Amino acid sequence: MTDVSALRPDIAREPLPEHHRGLGGRLAEASTTPGGAVFVLVAVLLISTIVANPNFGDPEVLIRFLGRTAPIAIAAVGQYYVIVSGEFDLSMGAVISMQVVLAGNMIGDDAGMILPVMLLMLVLGALVGVVNGLATTVLKVPSFIVTLGMMLALAGIVDYMTGGAAKSNPVDEFRQIGRGGIEDVPVVGILPYSLMILIVVCAASVWLMRRPFGRTLIAAGDNAEATRLAGSSLVWLKTRAFVLSSLSATLAGILLVGYAGVHPSVGQGYEFTAITAVVLGGVLLGGGRGWVMSAVAGAFALELLFTLLTALDVIDSAWRDTVQGVIIIVAVALGARAWNAGRRPSRRPSEPTDETTQPMPTPGTNTGEH
Amino acid sequence: MRDRMGRVTSTGIVYGVLVFTIIVGTILTATEGRNFFATGNIAAILTFTSTLGLIAVGQTMVILVGSLDLSVPYVVSLCSVIAGSVMAGETGSIVPGVMIALAVAAGIGAVNGLVVSLLGVHGFIATLGMGLIISGYMTANYKGTSGSAPEPFRVIDTANIGPIPLSAIIMLACAVLAILMLRKTRVGHHMYAVGGDREVARLSGIRTAVPVVVAHTLCSLLAGLAGLLLLARLSVGNPTIGSQGDYDLMSIAAVVLGGTLLAGGKGNILGTLGGVAIFAVMDQVMSVIEVPSFLQDVFRGLVIVLAVAVYARREIERRPAPFERPTALDAALQEAR
Amino acid sequence: MYGQPSTSAEDSTEGCEPCHSGRVHETDDGRPLLRVSGVSKSFVGFRVLDDVSLELRAGQVLGIVGENGAGKSTLMKILAGVYQADEGTIELDGSEVAFSHPVQAQQAGLSTVFQEFNLLPERTIAENIYLGREPRRRGLVDTGQMNRDTEALLAELGVTGLRPNRRVRSLSVAEQQVVEIAKAVGYDARIIQMDEPTAALAEHEVDLLHAIIDKLTKSGVGILYVSHRLKEIFELCDAITILKDGAQVATKPADDLDEAELVRLMVGRSISSFFPDPLPGTEPGDAALELKGAGNGYVDAVDLTLRGGEIVGISGLQGSGRTELLEAMFGVRPLTRGEMLLAGKAVTPGSPREAIRSGIAMITEDRKATGLALSQSIIDNVLGVVRSVFPRRTGTARRQLPGLISSLEISARGMDQEVRFLSGGNQQKVVLGRWLAIEPSVVLMDEPTRGIDVGAKHSIYELMRALAAQGVAVLMVSSELPELIGMSDRILVMRDGRLAGELPGGSDEEAVMQIATGVVDAVSNSGDVA
Repeated sequence: MTDVSALRPDIAREPLPEHHRGLGGRLAEASTTPGGAVFVLVAVLLISTIVANPNFGDPEVLIRFLGRTAPIAIAAVGQYYVIVSGEFDLSMGAVISMQVVLAGNMIGDDAGMILPVMLLMLVLGALVGVVNGLATTVLKVPSFIVTLGMMLALAGIVDYMTGGAAKSNPVDEFRQIGRGGIEDVPVVGILPYSLMILIVVCAASVWLMRRPFGRTLIAAGDNAEATRLAGSSLVWLKTRAFVLSSLSATLAGILLVGYAGVHPSVGQGYEFTAITAVVLGGVLLGGGRGWVMSAVAGAFALELLFTLLTALDVIDSAWRDTVQGVIIIVAVALGARAWNAGRRPSRRPSEPTDETTQPMPTPGTNTGEH
Repeated sequence: MRDRMGRVTSTGIVYGVLVFTIIVGTILTATEGRNFFATGNIAAILTFTSTLGLIAVGQTMVILVGSLDLSVPYVVSLCSVIAGSVMAGETGSIVPGVMIALAVAAGIGAVNGLVVSLLGVHGFIATLGMGLIISGYMTANYKGTSGSAPEPFRVIDTANIGPIPLSAIIMLACAVLAILMLRKTRVGHHMYAVGGDREVARLSGIRTAVPVVVAHTLCSLLAGLAGLLLLARLSVGNPTIGSQGDYDLMSIAAVVLGGTLLAGGKGNILGTLGGVAIFAVMDQVMSVIEVPSFLQDVFRGLVIVLAVAVYARREIERRPAPFERPTALDAALQEAR
Repeated sequence: MYGQPSTSAEDSTEGCEPCHSGRVHETDDGRPLLRVSGVSKSFVGFRVLDDVSLELRAGQVLGIVGENGAGKSTLMKILAGVYQADEGTIELDGSEVAFSHPVQAQQAGLSTVFQEFNLLPERTIAENIYLGREPRRRGLVDTGQMNRDTEALLAELGVTGLRPNRRVRSLSVAEQQVVEIAKAVGYDARIIQMDEPTAALAEHEVDLLHAIIDKLTKSGVGILYVSHRLKEIFELCDAITILKDGAQVATKPADDLDEAELVRLMVGRSISSFFPDPLPGTEPGDAALELKGAGNGYVDAVDLTLRGGEIVGISGLQGSGRTELLEAMFGVRPLTRGEMLLAGKAVTPGSPREAIRSGIAMITEDRKATGLALSQSIIDNVLGVVRSVFPRRTGTARRQLPGLISSLEISARGMDQEVRFLSGGNQQKVVLGRWLAIEPSVVLMDEPTRGIDVGAKHSIYELMRALAAQGVAVLMVSSELPELIGMSDRILVMRDGRLAGELPGGSDEEAVMQIATGVVDAVSNSGDVA
């Protein structure tokens, strides 16, 4: 078969515009969706926090805040891939703990070990993702159970490696990745490496989501069956998402070594923070909708929220879990409805079922006997 | 164990696996020069079953209605610290301590049930969120172990009725009550209906929210009871005792092993108890033969995932097609009802 | 007393709560049990039912027949309380009713046995029948009473040997159907509707069903019997209502009709010139796809040859295996017997991916469920298959996209619009687009114009002709006979999972329907007698 686009040479038709609104219109429309509203939320929270704590507005303080939040944002990106495809990764925290402890144990004082150990960490991270993905797609075990089980197993391994106590921190060069940066930068004083890494991750993930892989991943979350019938291998697709998630957790772990140090409880609860960030970013749990940068914005919104609440002395950081729990429930309860609010309803209330086909519509073309 | 047709039921399978596990356990225990059936060993196993059993019975009901409860570890911890704090070592405060803790537990369960049925949030997410909420509360208010259980209360953990620990008897009593509820009350019947096919239940005029709320409330109540048992055992309340026990995953695994479908609508408490017993035996044997604890965790994680995987295959039901001969595997799975 | 077939109309179980409380008595003559007057219903602007009226008397069996899409199912659902009529009235025993919920219909005495049973497979027969109204004694469910009442119900239907404590999933389809009917009787149903009740039954089971229906009518219950099986319609029904295109063509006593006349009333439209002719230069080419003795679980012994440049239509009643045949070719339900050849090479796709790689495209029956990712844009949907299977062609496909969308005559505000906001017709065109983007050599279509407006239908017909002109082989399953006959070069008719016959394009609707219903045993192309 030849040129598909010239199937109907008999038609002379105005081609459809690429976008149905101009840039301004699209931005306005996007800001009313949960995925777009989160950016507005970030702005509001930022301003509120500066008002509550003027010190926070200092560029040097702000840039350090961005650097500190980078690991969370990276974890949120990883969780985004999994959630947008309709699954969950509850093993992230355990992966972070394992990688952190691995770094501490194996690098130790030997700077020469940095590269090989980092390589090992990446390989292990990918392996965890592969196991998660295959168990979910091939064994057909719900992903939250698979990743909970993985969390259990990894936590056990971490316990074994540390014997329950924190080991010493690895050599400074390694820790610099997480807590260091380019010094003597005008205005902000320091440009944290973690922030730079985050920017690279963001660019890479935006690019990835525009590739066939990314678009097909979202389609799989939207309608897995249709995507399967379109020829996708869901096994391969979702497993890659899990691998990306575990690798993101690994990267976050590498950064966390920098300022959190090596302690088996470093990563604990990270998956919930990541899920909350993603959910706050308007990504639908169950998949199919949401943008990766919204998940990143969600991470910043979450951290800004905590900073604000702490600055206002409303609650202290111990309540972190509670706030996340409430956000998750509220966001999910509102979730699907929020995406459709203010738009034409997508499904008409009384639609015919499969058994009904439409009768010949035009009067005058059938003259049946009665 | 066998239904009237003489075919092995899923309950039969789990008790079969239990027997197998006991046999293997006896052999392994003997390699350490100890006797599996020694009173101390059996008592330890039964004590393990009492806490996990209470939680798993509750989880069974929640899974039967088609939901899930991941907040159980936190409810366990919360009730242990609340009761411990209220009791504060005073015998006179035992009853208030117990009452308040259980009331809080029931309240949490009711909220879970309402969020699931009225807000339309899936049980797994609703209870995940609730678990986080409780976790934050405890982190903020309890820095370590707190409260203390007075002596008369601690007796619950140490007392035996004959050879059987009191805690195990309490658990069995609760299990019996749950069985009666499921078999003999309308709510129980409706739990199966709502879990099996919500639409069919709705079309029969059942108010589908009721069984869901009742199941979640009872589940959290039983988890609270487990927390009280742990308080008696440890003599102090501990805000991390629930998470340490992995009770969420373990209870789900015990329920699934026992033959209850994760999707709901089919299953029974008896099977769950079998699943609990299997894990109890496994746990005890592993510590007797001194398996390193990290391996125990890895092993547990593996068993859980495999149990769900194997049983998940059974849930894929279909009528045989007109021109088809069922494969041997399908036939075998169909046999195991 | 219990467990024996109930013979007397006086037999009842008195004095126990809440078991079936008594006999249905004959209504006074003159007043029908059910009267439907001028009922109409539209969906999304389509008039699916148009001014339908019928009457059902106590003890009467009224058959409702019509081809796929005539409106039978909609009518049943309105009576069952699943839908509400837009116009018209429904009277039960002389008083007007309007059901807003299926429970109301049940409680009013109108029960429906759908093709998809509303049963809980893991619960027992008794538990299913008494769901929601379990008998109680001192606050606890009285299982013994429930089982006894169930036995009594079954006995009323003349059914013995079904123990009430058996799980429904262990029952055969026929037995499950009995449970559904018993449930209806348990609700004191005075009217029972049955939707294709014998579709899944074997011969002897059909006889049992008829015996039950006999018992029911003798006790005054009115039955609405919807079926394609014309033989049974004539065996059972006192009167027959024929629906066509949502309107009621006729209602006649069964004695006044014969099968041929019935088919004529069901179909029999003159073909309009609504359908575009084949484009000049369209010629059947080489065999693109062949099946020899092919079968999977749902179809058997299928021989067919599909040539490039041809449009072949597949007709048949619901459940005859049409969709399953397409699914066999597309790798969704792979072949387990026989051979499949693509352009002469033996290929048996074991998955959609393999089929797509071999150049086969399939447009499924339900675009919303399996054809589109509704929250994604037009662009993402149209590029969906290319991205999944031929990712390297994405760039080229993206460049051809505007032209493709124009060819498809898709109307939207922009290519980035989410597909769920498009009309049914435009959605279907997007589906078509995603498959055309891979440049297939064989296109399988399952109800390609279901649920879409006239203009969109026309576009799709033109596209089909354009495809054929380019040498693509098109296989179309359709329940709309005029469309099938108007567009197909050849028509294959399926019945009960097999190819029952073949007719040339432009054949009579009656001829097609006769083969599909089995009124006529046709001779297939290869000379075998079906």
